Amino acid sequence: MSDVKFQPGDAVVVAERFPRHHHRVPTYVKGRRGVVERLCGIFGNPETLAHQGDGKPAQPLYRVRFTMDHLWAGREESPDDTIEVEIYEHWLEAAQ
Amino acid sequence: MSNEQHRGYHDLAGLEAGPVDQTEHNPAHWEKQVDAMLTLLSDEKRGLMRVDELRRGIETLGPDAYEKLGYYERWIESIRMIMVERGVVSEDEITARIAALQQAAP
Repeated sequence: MSDVKFQPGDAVVVAERFPRHHHRVPTYVKGRRGVVERLCGIFGNPETLAHQGDGKPAQPLYRVRFTMDHLWAGREESPDDTIEVEIYEHWLEAAQ
Repeated sequence: MSNEQHRGYHDLAGLEAGPVDQTEHNPAHWEKQVDAMLTLLSDEKRGLMRVDELRRGIETLGPDAYEKLGYYERWIESIRMIMVERGVVSEDEITARIAALQQAAP
């Protein structure tokens, strides 16, 4: 557990990448800013496991909290509500 | 949004979808069988498939099939694809078995 990059409370930005292979990051959070809520654990990388790979190196998985108004820009019903998405570390960068 | 052009057909969050049907329904026997099949194929003893592969398979069925098929129909189509890809069974074996079962059916 010593190799994790982020701690709860850290502000992060989700990478804006669009690989063709299987990945678990939904479009609506790509490029968006959130806050790490917790570390869920360290797991094999699904992006290679999905293609008969070995999932190595294992990736820390975080629960990242976003606010509805940030994600939906006026289309949300409750701007102050939050939503949490589980995102692997290699999709996250520290927010400035 | 420029991100939209990259969106996979399975990546539906945030799109207009109308009201969600929240009525309960009991899974059919075959749906339970499909669920059990994935559990058995992906357990430690067999290790013939991973849930990540199931997802990847569903994401490569194509938009028409994805739209048309129900939840466990997507699962079984993906399981079939992955089993053939891994050489566990061949497409010929599957079609031969289906034909035999159809002939045996009353």
